Amino acid sequence: MKIFVCLKQVPDTETKIKLAGDQIDLSGVKWVMNPYDEYAVEEALKIREKTPGATVQVITLGPKSRAAEVLRTGLAMGADEGILIDAPNPTEPLVTASALAQVIAQEGGAQLILTGRLAIDDNAASVGPMLAEKLKIPHVSVVARLSVEAEQLVAEREIEGGAKEIVQLRLPALVSANKGLNMPRYASLPGIMKAKKKVLKEIALDSLTGLPSSRTQIIKMELPPEKPAVQMLTGDAQNQAQMLTKLLRDEAKVL
Amino acid sequence: MEKILVFAETHNNELKRSAQELLTAARSAGAPFAAVVSGTGAAGLVATLGKWGAAEVHTLAAKEFDAYNSELFAAGLADVIAKSGATLVLGAASSVGRDLFPRVAARLNAGLISDCTGLNLAGEVTARKPLYAGKAFATQGFSGSGVKMILMRPNQLPVGQADANVTAQAIAHSVPATDLRTLVKEIVKGTTEKLDLTEANIIVSGGRGLKEAGNFKLLEQLAEVLGATVGASRAVVDAGWVPHDMQVGQTGKTVAPTLYIAVGISGAIQHLAGMSGSKVIVAVNTDAAAPIFQKATYGIVGDFATVVPALTEEFRKLLH
Repeated sequence: MKIFVCLKQVPDTETKIKLAGDQIDLSGVKWVMNPYDEYAVEEALKIREKTPGATVQVITLGPKSRAAEVLRTGLAMGADEGILIDAPNPTEPLVTASALAQVIAQEGGAQLILTGRLAIDDNAASVGPMLAEKLKIPHVSVVARLSVEAEQLVAEREIEGGAKEIVQLRLPALVSANKGLNMPRYASLPGIMKAKKKVLKEIALDSLTGLPSSRTQIIKMELPPEKPAVQMLTGDAQNQAQMLTKLLRDEAKVL
Repeated sequence: MEKILVFAETHNNELKRSAQELLTAARSAGAPFAAVVSGTGAAGLVATLGKWGAAEVHTLAAKEFDAYNSELFAAGLADVIAKSGATLVLGAASSVGRDLFPRVAARLNAGLISDCTGLNLAGEVTARKPLYAGKAFATQGFSGSGVKMILMRPNQLPVGQADANVTAQAIAHSVPATDLRTLVKEIVKGTTEKLDLTEANIIVSGGRGLKEAGNFKLLEQLAEVLGATVGASRAVVDAGWVPHDMQVGQTGKTVAPTLYIAVGISGAIQHLAGMSGSKVIVAVNTDAAAPIFQKATYGIVGDFATVVPALTEEFRKLLH
Protein backbone atom coordinates (compact mmCIF):
# COMPACT_ATOMS: atom_id res chain seq x y z
CA MET A 1 0.00 0.00 0.00
CA LYS A 2 1.32 3.39 -1.07
CA ILE A 3 0.51 6.07 1.50
CA PHE A 4 1.07 9.81 1.05
CA VAL A 5 0.92 12.29 3.92
CA CYS A 6 0.53 15.97 3.01
CA LEU A 7 2.32 18.32 5.39
CA LYS A 8 2.25 22.06 5.87
CA GLN A 9 4.76 24.16 7.71
CA VAL A 10 3.07 26.80 9.89
CA PRO A 11 4.16 29.38 12.46
CA ASP A 12 4.24 27.92 15.99
CA THR A 13 1.06 28.70 17.96
CA GLU A 14 3.02 30.87 20.39
CA THR A 15 4.13 33.11 17.52
CA LYS A 16 3.26 36.81 17.73
CA ILE A 17 2.17 38.08 14.31
CA LYS A 18 3.52 41.43 13.07
CA LEU A 19 2.79 43.39 9.94
CA ALA A 20 5.39 45.05 7.77
CA GLY A 21 3.45 47.50 5.65
CA ASP A 22 0.46 45.54 4.35
CA GLN A 23 2.24 42.16 4.50
CA ILE A 24 2.64 39.77 7.37
CA ASP A 25 6.20 39.94 8.64
CA LEU A 26 7.35 36.34 8.98
CA SER A 27 10.90 37.14 10.05
CA GLY A 28 11.80 35.56 13.37
CA VAL A 29 8.88 33.12 13.17
CA LYS A 30 9.47 29.65 14.58
CA TRP A 31 8.18 27.18 11.97
CA VAL A 32 6.66 23.86 12.96
CA MET A 33 4.69 21.02 11.39
CA ASN A 34 0.98 21.89 11.38
CA PRO A 35 -0.22 20.14 14.59
CA TYR A 36 -3.02 18.21 12.82
CA ASP A 37 -0.52 16.86 10.29
CA GLU A 38 1.30 15.11 13.14
CA TYR A 39 -1.78 12.92 13.62
CA ALA A 40 -1.77 12.17 9.89
CA VAL A 41 1.91 11.11 9.94
CA GLU A 42 1.41 8.96 13.05
CA GLU A 43 -1.61 7.22 11.53
CA ALA A 44 0.29 6.50 8.30
CA LEU A 45 3.16 4.98 10.28
CA LYS A 46 0.76 2.82 12.31
CA ILE A 47 -0.92 1.56 9.14
CA ARG A 48 2.49 0.78 7.61
CA GLU A 49 3.44 -1.25 10.69
CA LYS A 50 0.39 -3.47 10.16
CA THR A 51 0.59 -3.66 6.36
CA PRO A 52 3.49 -5.63 4.82
CA GLY A 53 5.05 -3.77 1.92
CA ALA A 54 3.40 -0.44 2.71
CA THR A 55 5.37 2.78 2.17
CA VAL A 56 4.88 6.27 3.57
CA GLN A 57 5.85 9.33 1.54
CA VAL A 58 5.56 12.81 3.02
CA ILE A 59 4.94 15.69 0.63
CA THR A 60 4.75 19.44 1.09
CA LEU A 61 4.51 22.61 -0.95
CA GLY A 62 6.42 25.65 0.23
CA PRO A 63 9.62 27.63 -0.16
CA LYS A 64 12.64 25.33 -0.27
CA SER A 65 14.58 27.59 2.11
CA ARG A 66 12.43 26.48 5.05
CA ALA A 67 9.79 23.92 3.97
CA ALA A 68 12.29 21.04 3.57
CA GLU A 69 12.51 21.13 7.38
CA VAL A 70 8.92 19.89 7.80
CA LEU A 71 9.71 16.92 5.53
CA ARG A 72 12.81 16.17 7.62
CA THR A 73 10.56 16.10 10.69
CA GLY A 74 8.20 13.65 8.96
CA LEU A 75 11.15 11.51 7.86
CA ALA A 76 12.56 11.59 11.40
CA MET A 77 9.22 10.35 12.73
CA GLY A 78 9.62 7.41 10.35
CA ALA A 79 8.33 8.23 6.86
CA ASP A 80 10.28 6.59 4.01
CA GLU A 81 10.67 9.41 1.51
CA GLY A 82 10.01 13.13 1.18
CA ILE A 83 8.87 15.23 -1.77
CA LEU A 84 9.19 19.01 -1.77
CA ILE A 85 7.26 21.09 -4.26
CA ASP A 86 9.34 24.25 -4.18
CA ALA A 87 7.02 27.27 -4.28
CA PRO A 88 8.73 30.55 -3.39
CA ASN A 89 5.41 32.38 -2.86
CA PRO A 90 2.22 31.34 -1.03
CA THR A 91 -0.37 29.59 -3.22
CA GLU A 92 -4.12 29.40 -2.69
CA PRO A 93 -5.62 26.02 -1.70
CA LEU A 94 -6.91 25.25 -5.22
CA VAL A 95 -3.44 25.71 -6.73
CA THR A 96 -1.78 23.79 -3.88
CA ALA A 97 -4.23 20.88 -4.27
CA SER A 98 -3.78 20.80 -8.05
CA ALA A 99 0.01 20.71 -7.70
CA LEU A 100 -0.13 17.97 -5.06
CA ALA A 101 -2.52 15.94 -7.25
CA GLN A 102 -0.21 16.21 -10.22
CA VAL A 103 2.90 15.16 -8.32
CA ILE A 104 1.16 12.29 -6.50
CA ALA A 105 -0.12 11.02 -9.87
CA GLN A 106 3.40 11.31 -11.34
CA GLU A 107 4.72 9.28 -8.41
CA GLY A 108 2.40 6.43 -9.33
CA GLY A 109 -0.64 7.50 -7.34
CA ALA A 110 -1.67 6.72 -3.78
CA GLN A 111 -3.82 4.05 -2.21
CA LEU A 112 -4.33 6.27 0.83
CA ILE A 113 -3.69 9.98 1.40
CA LEU A 114 -3.66 11.48 4.88
CA THR A 115 -3.76 15.19 5.75
CA GLY A 116 -4.46 17.24 8.87
CA ARG A 117 -8.08 18.38 9.13
CA LEU A 118 -6.96 21.96 8.67
CA ALA A 119 -3.82 24.08 8.86
CA ILE A 120 -3.79 26.44 11.81
CA ASP A 121 -2.50 29.40 9.77
CA ASP A 122 -5.42 30.00 7.38
CA ASN A 123 -7.90 27.57 9.00
CA ALA A 124 -9.27 26.88 5.52
CA ALA A 125 -9.58 23.06 5.67
CA SER A 126 -9.69 23.15 1.87
CA VAL A 127 -6.65 21.39 0.41
CA GLY A 128 -7.72 17.89 1.54
CA PRO A 129 -11.16 17.71 -0.13
CA MET A 130 -9.81 19.66 -3.15
CA LEU A 131 -6.95 17.18 -3.59
CA ALA A 132 -9.37 14.24 -3.39
CA GLU A 133 -11.56 15.87 -6.03
CA LYS A 134 -8.59 16.55 -8.33
CA LEU A 135 -7.56 12.88 -8.03
CA LYS A 136 -11.21 11.78 -8.40
CA ILE A 137 -11.09 9.75 -5.19
CA PRO A 138 -13.50 9.90 -2.22
CA HIS A 139 -12.56 11.62 1.01
CA VAL A 140 -13.64 11.80 4.62
CA SER A 141 -12.68 14.75 6.83
CA VAL A 142 -12.22 15.41 10.57
CA VAL A 143 -11.51 11.77 11.40
CA ALA A 144 -10.89 10.68 15.00
CA ARG A 145 -10.88 6.91 14.45
CA LEU A 146 -9.78 4.94 11.42
CA SER A 147 -9.45 1.33 10.34
CA VAL A 148 -7.97 0.49 6.97
CA GLU A 149 -8.28 -2.82 5.17
CA ALA A 150 -7.14 -3.95 1.73
CA GLU A 151 -9.98 -2.47 -0.31
CA GLN A 152 -11.76 -0.09 2.03
CA LEU A 153 -11.59 1.99 5.18
CA VAL A 154 -14.02 2.82 7.94
CA ALA A 155 -13.68 6.24 9.55
CA GLU A 156 -15.35 8.05 12.42
CA ARG A 157 -15.93 11.62 11.30
CA GLU A 158 -16.62 14.17 14.03
CA ILE A 159 -19.43 16.63 13.37
CA GLU A 160 -21.17 19.31 15.43
CA GLY A 161 -22.28 18.79 19.01
CA GLY A 162 -20.09 15.75 19.68
CA ALA A 163 -21.99 13.67 17.08
CA LYS A 164 -20.18 11.30 14.73
CA GLU A 165 -20.70 9.83 11.27
CA ILE A 166 -19.38 6.32 10.66
CA VAL A 167 -18.29 6.40 7.03
CA GLN A 168 -17.09 3.57 4.83
CA LEU A 169 -14.98 4.45 1.77
CA ARG A 170 -13.61 2.38 -1.07
CA LEU A 171 -9.85 2.84 -1.56
CA PRO A 172 -8.04 4.78 -2.92
CA ALA A 173 -9.24 7.54 -0.63
CA LEU A 174 -8.20 10.64 1.33
CA VAL A 175 -8.63 11.06 5.09
CA SER A 176 -8.14 14.27 7.09
CA ALA A 177 -7.05 13.69 10.68
CA ASN A 178 -8.44 15.33 13.81
CA LYS A 179 -6.96 15.52 17.27
CA GLY A 180 -7.79 12.31 19.14
CA LEU A 181 -6.94 9.98 16.24
CA ASN A 182 -3.71 8.87 17.95
CA MET A 183 -0.78 10.13 20.01
CA PRO A 184 1.88 11.33 17.55
CA ARG A 185 5.35 9.98 18.27
CA TYR A 186 8.31 12.30 18.75
CA ALA A 187 11.18 12.14 16.32
CA SER A 188 13.85 10.13 18.16
CA LEU A 189 17.54 10.96 17.89
CA PRO A 190 18.27 7.83 15.81
CA GLY A 191 15.22 8.77 13.72
CA ILE A 192 16.67 12.23 13.11
CA MET A 193 20.04 10.70 12.11
CA LYS A 194 18.39 8.21 9.74
CA ALA A 195 16.24 10.96 8.21
CA LYS A 196 19.36 12.70 6.94
CA LYS A 197 20.08 9.74 4.67
CA LYS A 198 16.53 9.37 3.31
CA VAL A 199 15.55 10.49 -0.18
CA LEU A 200 14.16 14.02 -0.40
CA LYS A 201 13.03 14.83 -3.93
CA GLU A 202 12.58 18.38 -5.15
CA ILE A 203 10.18 19.53 -7.82
CA ALA A 204 9.83 23.18 -8.81
CA LEU A 205 6.22 24.42 -8.76
CA ASP A 206 6.76 26.24 -12.05
CA SER A 207 7.86 22.98 -13.73
CA LEU A 208 4.26 21.72 -13.33
CA THR A 209 1.94 22.53 -16.21
CA GLY A 210 -1.79 23.02 -16.43
CA LEU A 211 -2.26 24.33 -12.89
CA PRO A 212 -5.30 26.58 -12.42
CA SER A 213 -4.65 30.29 -12.00
CA SER A 214 -5.44 31.92 -8.66
CA ARG A 215 -9.12 32.66 -8.20
CA THR A 216 -8.76 34.71 -5.03
CA GLN A 217 -6.54 37.57 -3.99
CA ILE A 218 -5.63 39.31 -0.78
CA ILE A 219 -6.70 42.94 -0.81
CA LYS A 220 -5.74 44.00 2.69
CA MET A 221 -4.00 42.62 5.80
CA GLU A 222 -4.62 44.03 9.25
CA LEU A 223 -3.95 43.24 12.87
CA PRO A 224 -6.98 42.86 15.15
CA PRO A 225 -8.22 46.13 16.69
CA GLU A 226 -6.85 46.96 20.12
CA LYS A 227 -9.16 45.96 22.95
CA PRO A 228 -10.10 48.70 25.42
CA ALA A 229 -8.64 48.07 28.88
CA VAL A 230 -10.37 45.47 31.03
CA GLN A 231 -12.83 46.68 33.63
CA MET A 232 -11.99 44.91 36.91
CA LEU A 233 -14.85 44.14 39.26
CA THR A 234 -14.05 44.32 42.96
CA GLY A 235 -15.71 43.31 46.19
CA ASP A 236 -16.73 39.87 47.41
CA ALA A 237 -17.97 37.17 45.06
CA GLN A 238 -21.60 38.17 45.46
CA ASN A 239 -20.83 41.86 44.75
CA GLN A 240 -18.74 40.91 41.72
CA ALA A 241 -21.51 38.66 40.39
CA GLN A 242 -24.16 41.36 40.85
CA MET A 243 -21.98 43.94 39.14
CA LEU A 244 -21.23 41.63 36.25
CA THR A 245 -24.83 40.66 35.51
CA LYS A 246 -25.82 44.34 35.58
CA LEU A 247 -22.96 45.34 33.24
CA LEU A 248 -23.70 42.51 30.81
CA ARG A 249 -27.34 43.53 30.68
CA ASP A 250 -27.11 47.34 30.74
CA GLU A 251 -23.66 48.21 29.33
CA ALA A 252 -22.63 45.35 27.04
CA LYS A 253 -26.28 44.49 26.28
CA VAL A 254 -25.58 40.82 25.64
CA LEU A 255 -28.21 39.28 27.93
CA MET B 1 -24.48 41.92 -10.36
CA GLU B 2 -23.92 38.49 -8.83
CA LYS B 3 -26.55 35.78 -8.95
CA ILE B 4 -26.38 34.53 -5.38
CA LEU B 5 -27.14 30.95 -4.33
CA VAL B 6 -27.42 30.25 -0.58
CA PHE B 7 -26.67 26.70 0.54
CA ALA B 8 -29.24 26.62 3.36
CA GLU B 9 -28.56 24.04 6.06
CA THR B 10 -31.35 22.71 8.22
CA HIS B 11 -31.62 20.99 11.58
CA ASN B 12 -34.77 19.00 12.42
CA ASN B 13 -36.35 20.44 9.27
CA GLU B 14 -35.85 24.05 10.32
CA LEU B 15 -33.38 26.54 8.87
CA LYS B 16 -30.25 26.81 10.98
CA ARG B 17 -29.39 30.24 12.31
CA SER B 18 -26.34 30.22 10.01
CA ALA B 19 -28.68 29.79 7.02
CA GLN B 20 -30.86 32.68 8.22
CA GLU B 21 -27.74 34.85 8.44
CA LEU B 22 -26.75 34.02 4.85
CA LEU B 23 -30.30 34.55 3.55
CA THR B 24 -30.43 37.94 5.29
CA ALA B 25 -27.12 38.92 3.65
CA ALA B 26 -28.23 37.72 0.21
CA ARG B 27 -31.51 39.61 0.50
CA SER B 28 -29.72 42.80 1.51
CA ALA B 29 -27.70 42.65 -1.73
CA GLY B 30 -30.92 43.70 -3.46
CA ALA B 31 -31.22 41.35 -6.43
CA PRO B 32 -33.40 38.23 -6.75
CA PHE B 33 -31.44 35.31 -5.32
CA ALA B 34 -31.70 31.54 -5.05
CA ALA B 35 -31.39 29.03 -2.24
CA VAL B 36 -30.73 25.30 -2.24
CA VAL B 37 -32.05 23.00 0.46
CA SER B 38 -31.67 19.23 0.85
CA GLY B 39 -33.51 16.26 2.34
CA THR B 40 -37.05 14.89 2.21
CA GLY B 41 -38.28 17.95 4.09
CA ALA B 42 -36.95 20.29 1.37
CA ALA B 43 -40.26 20.84 -0.45
CA GLY B 44 -41.84 21.94 2.83
CA LEU B 45 -39.25 24.70 3.21
CA VAL B 46 -39.84 26.40 -0.14
CA ALA B 47 -42.47 28.82 1.20
CA THR B 48 -40.33 29.58 4.27
CA LEU B 49 -37.34 30.37 2.07
CA GLY B 50 -39.58 32.70 0.07
CA LYS B 51 -40.33 34.58 3.28
CA TRP B 52 -36.57 34.94 3.76
CA GLY B 53 -36.47 36.50 0.30
CA ALA B 54 -35.38 33.64 -1.99
CA ALA B 55 -36.97 33.97 -5.43
CA GLU B 56 -35.86 30.49 -6.51
CA VAL B 57 -35.54 27.44 -4.28
CA HIS B 58 -33.62 24.45 -5.59
CA THR B 59 -34.51 21.24 -3.81
CA LEU B 60 -32.47 18.07 -3.48
CA ALA B 61 -35.39 16.23 -1.97
CA ALA B 62 -34.53 12.55 -2.52
CA LYS B 63 -34.18 10.49 0.66
CA GLU B 64 -30.52 9.96 -0.26
CA PHE B 65 -30.05 13.61 0.70
CA ASP B 66 -31.37 13.12 4.25
CA ALA B 67 -27.88 12.37 5.56
CA TYR B 68 -24.72 14.09 4.41
CA ASN B 69 -22.56 12.17 1.94
CA SER B 70 -19.64 14.13 0.48
CA GLU B 71 -19.69 12.58 -2.99
CA LEU B 72 -23.46 12.77 -3.42
CA PHE B 73 -23.76 16.32 -2.09
CA ALA B 74 -20.81 17.49 -4.22
CA ALA B 75 -22.54 16.14 -7.33
CA GLY B 76 -25.87 17.63 -6.22
CA LEU B 77 -24.52 21.10 -5.41
CA ALA B 78 -22.38 21.26 -8.57
CA ASP B 79 -25.50 20.39 -10.59
CA VAL B 80 -27.59 23.08 -8.87
CA ILE B 81 -24.86 25.69 -9.40
CA ALA B 82 -24.67 24.84 -13.10
CA LYS B 83 -28.44 24.77 -13.68
CA SER B 84 -29.21 27.87 -11.60
CA GLY B 85 -26.49 29.94 -13.28
CA ALA B 86 -25.31 31.05 -9.83
CA THR B 87 -22.15 33.18 -9.84
CA LEU B 88 -21.73 33.48 -6.05
CA VAL B 89 -22.44 30.60 -3.67
CA LEU B 90 -22.70 31.26 0.08
CA GLY B 91 -22.50 28.58 2.76
CA ALA B 92 -21.74 28.18 6.46
CA ALA B 93 -18.31 27.08 7.62
CA SER B 94 -19.95 24.09 9.34
CA SER B 95 -19.07 20.38 9.32
CA VAL B 96 -20.97 20.03 6.05
CA GLY B 97 -19.90 23.33 4.47
CA ARG B 98 -16.21 22.86 5.18
CA ASP B 99 -16.31 19.33 3.75
CA LEU B 100 -18.46 20.11 0.73
CA PHE B 101 -17.47 23.54 -0.61
CA PRO B 102 -13.76 22.78 -1.25
CA ARG B 103 -14.71 19.62 -3.15
CA VAL B 104 -17.20 21.51 -5.33
CA ALA B 105 -14.80 24.44 -5.79
CA ALA B 106 -12.14 22.05 -7.09
CA ARG B 107 -14.65 20.49 -9.50
CA LEU B 108 -15.71 23.86 -10.91
CA ASN B 109 -12.32 25.61 -10.57
CA ALA B 110 -14.25 28.10 -8.47
CA GLY B 111 -12.63 30.62 -6.17
CA LEU B 112 -13.24 29.75 -2.52
CA ILE B 113 -12.72 31.99 0.49
CA SER B 114 -13.23 29.91 3.60
CA ASP B 115 -13.80 30.55 7.31
CA CYS B 116 -14.87 34.18 6.87
CA THR B 117 -16.09 36.52 9.59
CA GLY B 118 -17.04 39.50 7.40
CA LEU B 119 -18.87 39.77 4.08
CA ASN B 120 -19.34 42.64 1.64
CA LEU B 121 -21.81 42.14 -1.21
CA ALA B 122 -22.04 45.78 -2.32
CA GLY B 123 -19.96 46.32 -5.45
CA GLU B 124 -17.03 43.93 -5.78
CA VAL B 125 -17.61 40.94 -3.50
CA THR B 126 -15.07 40.72 -0.67
CA ALA B 127 -14.82 38.69 2.51
CA ARG B 128 -12.76 39.13 5.65
CA LYS B 129 -11.17 36.21 7.40
CA PRO B 130 -8.95 35.69 10.43
CA LEU B 131 -5.45 34.31 9.91
CA TYR B 132 -3.45 32.57 12.63
CA ALA B 133 -6.75 32.18 14.50
CA GLY B 134 -7.37 35.91 14.70
CA LYS B 135 -3.85 37.24 15.23
CA ALA B 136 -4.31 38.94 11.83
CA PHE B 137 -7.14 39.55 9.38
CA ALA B 138 -7.14 39.37 5.59
CA THR B 139 -9.69 40.97 3.29
CA GLN B 140 -9.92 38.86 0.17
CA GLY B 141 -11.54 39.31 -3.21
CA PHE B 142 -11.82 37.18 -6.32
CA SER B 143 -9.83 37.17 -9.54
CA GLY B 144 -10.21 35.51 -12.91
CA SER B 145 -13.58 34.36 -14.17
CA GLY B 146 -15.89 31.65 -12.89
CA VAL B 147 -17.98 30.82 -9.86
CA LYS B 148 -17.18 32.45 -6.52
CA MET B 149 -17.75 30.61 -3.25
CA ILE B 150 -17.65 31.89 0.33
CA LEU B 151 -17.93 29.98 3.61
CA MET B 152 -19.04 32.19 6.51
CA ARG B 153 -18.53 31.27 10.13
CA PRO B 154 -21.84 31.06 12.03
CA ASN B 155 -22.82 33.93 14.39
CA GLN B 156 -20.97 36.60 12.41
CA LEU B 157 -23.79 38.19 10.40
CA PRO B 158 -27.06 39.69 11.62
CA VAL B 159 -30.32 37.78 11.20
CA GLY B 160 -33.18 39.80 9.72
CA GLN B 161 -36.90 39.08 9.60
CA ALA B 162 -38.60 36.41 7.49
CA ASP B 163 -41.01 39.03 6.17
CA ALA B 164 -40.35 39.10 2.43
CA ASN B 165 -43.42 38.87 0.28
CA VAL B 166 -41.81 36.53 -2.24
CA THR B 167 -43.46 33.44 -3.68
CA ALA B 168 -40.46 31.27 -4.30
CA GLN B 169 -40.30 29.22 -7.45
CA ALA B 170 -39.47 25.61 -6.54
CA ILE B 171 -37.04 23.77 -8.81
CA ALA B 172 -36.57 20.09 -8.01
CA HIS B 173 -33.32 18.31 -8.81
CA SER B 174 -33.05 14.54 -9.04
CA VAL B 175 -30.28 12.38 -7.62
CA PRO B 176 -27.23 12.83 -9.84
CA ALA B 177 -25.81 9.68 -11.40
CA THR B 178 -22.60 9.02 -9.48
CA ASP B 179 -20.62 5.90 -8.74
CA LEU B 180 -20.69 6.30 -4.98
CA ARG B 181 -17.64 5.01 -3.17
CA THR B 182 -18.72 6.61 0.10
CA LEU B 183 -21.28 5.04 2.40
CA VAL B 184 -22.43 6.70 5.62
CA LYS B 185 -23.19 3.65 7.72
CA GLU B 186 -24.35 5.26 10.90
CA ILE B 187 -24.76 8.59 12.64
CA VAL B 188 -23.96 8.51 16.34
CA LYS B 189 -25.71 11.31 18.20
CA GLY B 190 -23.75 13.49 20.61
CA THR B 191 -24.41 13.21 24.32
CA THR B 192 -25.81 16.73 24.41
CA GLU B 193 -28.43 18.62 22.47
CA LYS B 194 -26.49 21.83 23.15
CA LEU B 195 -25.27 23.95 20.26
CA ASP B 196 -21.76 23.21 19.07
CA LEU B 197 -19.07 25.60 20.33
CA THR B 198 -18.69 27.02 16.82
CA GLU B 199 -22.41 27.91 16.73
CA ALA B 200 -22.96 28.87 20.37
CA ASN B 201 -24.03 32.37 21.33
CA ILE B 202 -22.66 32.04 24.87
CA ILE B 203 -19.68 29.92 25.96
CA VAL B 204 -18.46 29.12 29.47
CA SER B 205 -14.91 27.74 29.34
CA GLY B 206 -12.74 26.20 32.00
CA GLY B 207 -9.00 25.69 32.41
CA ARG B 208 -6.45 24.26 34.77
CA GLY B 209 -7.43 26.79 37.42
CA LEU B 210 -10.47 24.59 38.10
CA LYS B 211 -8.01 22.24 39.84
CA GLU B 212 -9.81 19.00 38.95
CA ALA B 213 -12.14 17.55 36.33
CA GLY B 214 -15.07 17.26 38.76
CA ASN B 215 -15.22 21.05 39.11
CA PHE B 216 -16.47 21.35 35.53
CA LYS B 217 -19.86 20.59 37.13
CA LEU B 218 -19.92 24.17 38.44
CA LEU B 219 -19.43 25.46 34.88
CA GLU B 220 -22.16 23.16 33.59
CA GLN B 221 -24.58 24.60 36.13
CA LEU B 222 -23.65 28.15 35.07
CA ALA B 223 -23.98 27.17 31.40
CA GLU B 224 -27.40 25.65 32.07
CA VAL B 225 -28.71 28.93 33.46
CA LEU B 226 -27.25 30.92 30.55
CA GLY B 227 -28.19 28.44 27.79
CA ALA B 228 -24.46 28.31 27.07
CA THR B 229 -22.13 25.62 25.69
CA VAL B 230 -19.16 24.52 27.82
CA GLY B 231 -15.64 24.78 26.39
CA ALA B 232 -12.17 24.09 27.74
CA SER B 233 -8.51 25.02 27.39
CA ARG B 234 -5.93 22.74 25.76
CA ALA B 235 -4.29 22.03 29.14
CA VAL B 236 -7.37 20.30 30.55
CA VAL B 237 -8.16 18.48 27.31
CA ASP B 238 -4.61 17.13 27.21
CA ALA B 239 -4.96 16.17 30.88
CA GLY B 240 -7.99 14.08 29.90
CA TRP B 241 -10.51 16.02 32.03
CA VAL B 242 -12.85 16.65 29.10
CA PRO B 243 -13.11 15.38 25.49
CA HIS B 244 -11.15 17.19 22.77
CA ASP B 245 -14.27 18.41 20.94
CA MET B 246 -14.60 20.89 23.82
CA GLN B 247 -11.20 22.49 23.17
CA VAL B 248 -11.18 26.18 22.29
CA GLY B 249 -8.02 27.58 20.71
CA GLN B 250 -5.82 27.59 17.68
CA THR B 251 -5.48 23.81 17.84
CA GLY B 252 -9.11 23.32 18.82
CA LYS B 253 -12.21 25.22 17.86
CA THR B 254 -12.06 28.88 16.93
CA VAL B 255 -15.10 30.53 18.42
CA ALA B 256 -16.72 33.95 18.35
CA PRO B 257 -19.77 33.97 20.62
CA THR B 258 -21.52 37.09 21.90
CA LEU B 259 -20.37 36.26 25.43
CA TYR B 260 -17.33 34.18 26.43
CA ILE B 261 -16.74 33.48 30.12
CA ALA B 262 -13.25 32.09 30.83
CA VAL B 263 -12.83 30.51 34.25
CA GLY B 264 -9.42 29.45 35.53
CA ILE B 265 -7.84 29.97 32.10
CA SER B 266 -4.57 31.90 32.24
CA GLY B 267 -4.66 32.72 28.52
CA ALA B 268 -1.93 31.05 26.48
CA ILE B 269 -1.51 32.75 23.09
CA GLN B 270 -3.00 29.77 21.30
CA HIS B 271 -6.12 29.91 23.49
CA LEU B 272 -6.51 33.68 23.11
CA ALA B 273 -6.21 33.26 19.36
CA GLY B 274 -9.17 30.90 19.39
CA MET B 275 -11.59 33.11 21.32
CA SER B 276 -10.52 36.74 21.02
CA GLY B 277 -13.17 37.33 18.32
CA SER B 278 -15.84 37.02 21.03
CA LYS B 279 -17.90 40.18 21.46
CA VAL B 280 -17.70 40.33 25.25
CA ILE B 281 -15.14 38.40 27.28
CA VAL B 282 -15.38 37.81 31.02
CA ALA B 283 -12.32 36.41 32.79
CA VAL B 284 -12.34 34.84 36.25
CA ASN B 285 -8.88 34.01 37.62
CA THR B 286 -7.04 34.06 40.92
CA ASP B 287 -3.98 35.63 39.28
CA ALA B 288 -4.52 39.33 38.51
CA ALA B 289 -1.50 39.21 36.16
CA ALA B 290 -2.90 36.39 33.97
CA PRO B 291 -2.72 37.29 30.24
CA ILE B 292 -6.43 36.51 29.83
CA PHE B 293 -7.24 39.85 31.48
CA GLN B 294 -5.57 41.70 28.59
CA LYS B 295 -8.24 40.34 26.26
CA ALA B 296 -11.14 40.57 28.70
CA THR B 297 -13.91 43.14 28.76
CA TYR B 298 -14.70 42.43 32.42
CA GLY B 299 -12.34 40.82 34.90
CA ILE B 300 -12.91 39.18 38.25
CA VAL B 301 -9.95 38.26 40.43
CA GLY B 302 -11.23 35.50 42.65
CA ASP B 303 -11.62 31.83 43.35
CA PHE B 304 -13.84 29.92 40.94
CA ALA B 305 -15.32 27.93 43.82
CA THR B 306 -17.04 31.02 45.22
CA VAL B 307 -17.33 33.21 42.11
CA VAL B 308 -18.96 30.66 39.77
CA PRO B 309 -21.82 29.68 42.12
CA ALA B 310 -22.42 33.39 42.81
CA LEU B 311 -22.61 34.05 39.06
CA THR B 312 -24.98 31.13 38.55
CA GLU B 313 -27.24 32.53 41.27
CA GLU B 314 -27.23 36.10 39.91
CA PHE B 315 -27.84 35.02 36.30
CA ARG B 316 -30.69 32.82 37.51
CA LYS B 317 -32.30 35.82 39.27
CA LEU B 318 -31.87 37.95 36.18
CA LEU B 319 -32.96 35.50 33.51
CA HIS B 320 -35.52 33.19 35.09
